[in-house]
Amino acid sequence: MILSVPNVVILMVVGLLGVGIYALLTVRNLIKVVVALQIMVKGAMLALVLAGRLQGQENLGQSMALTVIVADTIVAVVGLALAVQVRRVVGSLDLRALTTLRR
Amino acid sequence: MLHLLTAVGILVCAIQAIRSRRLIVSALWLAGTSALVALELYLLGAPEIGVIELSVGAGLVTVLFVFAINLTGEEATDLKGLIKEPLAVVVTILMIVLLGILLVPGVDRAAPSLGEPALKAVLWGNRQMDVILQAVLVFCGVLGVLGLLGEKESTPTGQTHSEEKG
Repeated sequence: MILSVPNVVILMVVGLLGVGIYALLTVRNLIKVVVALQIMVKGAMLALVLAGRLQGQENLGQSMALTVIVADTIVAVVGLALAVQVRRVVGSLDLRALTTLRR
Repeated sequence: MLHLLTAVGILVCAIQAIRSRRLIVSALWLAGTSALVALELYLLGAPEIGVIELSVGAGLVTVLFVFAINLTGEEATDLKGLIKEPLAVVVTILMIVLLGILLVPGVDRAAPSLGEPALKAVLWGNRQMDVILQAVLVFCGVLGVLGLLGEKESTPTGQTHSEEKG
């Protein structure tokens, strides 16, 4: 496999998505889950920019990446606000503590 | 060569963000990942997106993480995962292989650059609905956070446990 720019970026995308999915499967801390989601979204954003570049529609890919950045930030904000509230109500950030809806 | 170095840096930062035990250190590694992703976007010919990623991803989101970690406090993060580790590794490898099968052939079908409109024309002209939805999303996010962080809804932890026992 030749290490051309698209190949390197694809390796990066697959690596970021892999790290993110592994973390989502193994991590139990709510804030770490948000970190894992952020890592995965960065991979998706790079993939969008690369796809636009490869298809000759760079600006379309970039405008979609911009949308992803906004959505990602809102996800982080709401996820962290949820984590703060969960910590207040449940007393822990452990995901196991959220397996029931009882308070 | 610079792409390769950036790729290695991004992956190292991402892995460290997951591996580090302290949440604040994890947030700082995530900021490093964002900064390197911004550099990669610049190298890929998307400087506008790189600047936005740098200011939002490495700046705003990191501040939010530090703020949230200060509110919740550090907590031991070396708990065992929700599923067994070998199963997580197998699922991750399976996903990587599937992604590789899907993505790698796409590189060979690369099309030549067409005379396409500038980014501002694409963003404000062709994808107006995206921009409107982004504005709605930001508004919803603000309302959601205001609702979530409202003090009235929360009850103290001690009271919760005593209610359960009773």
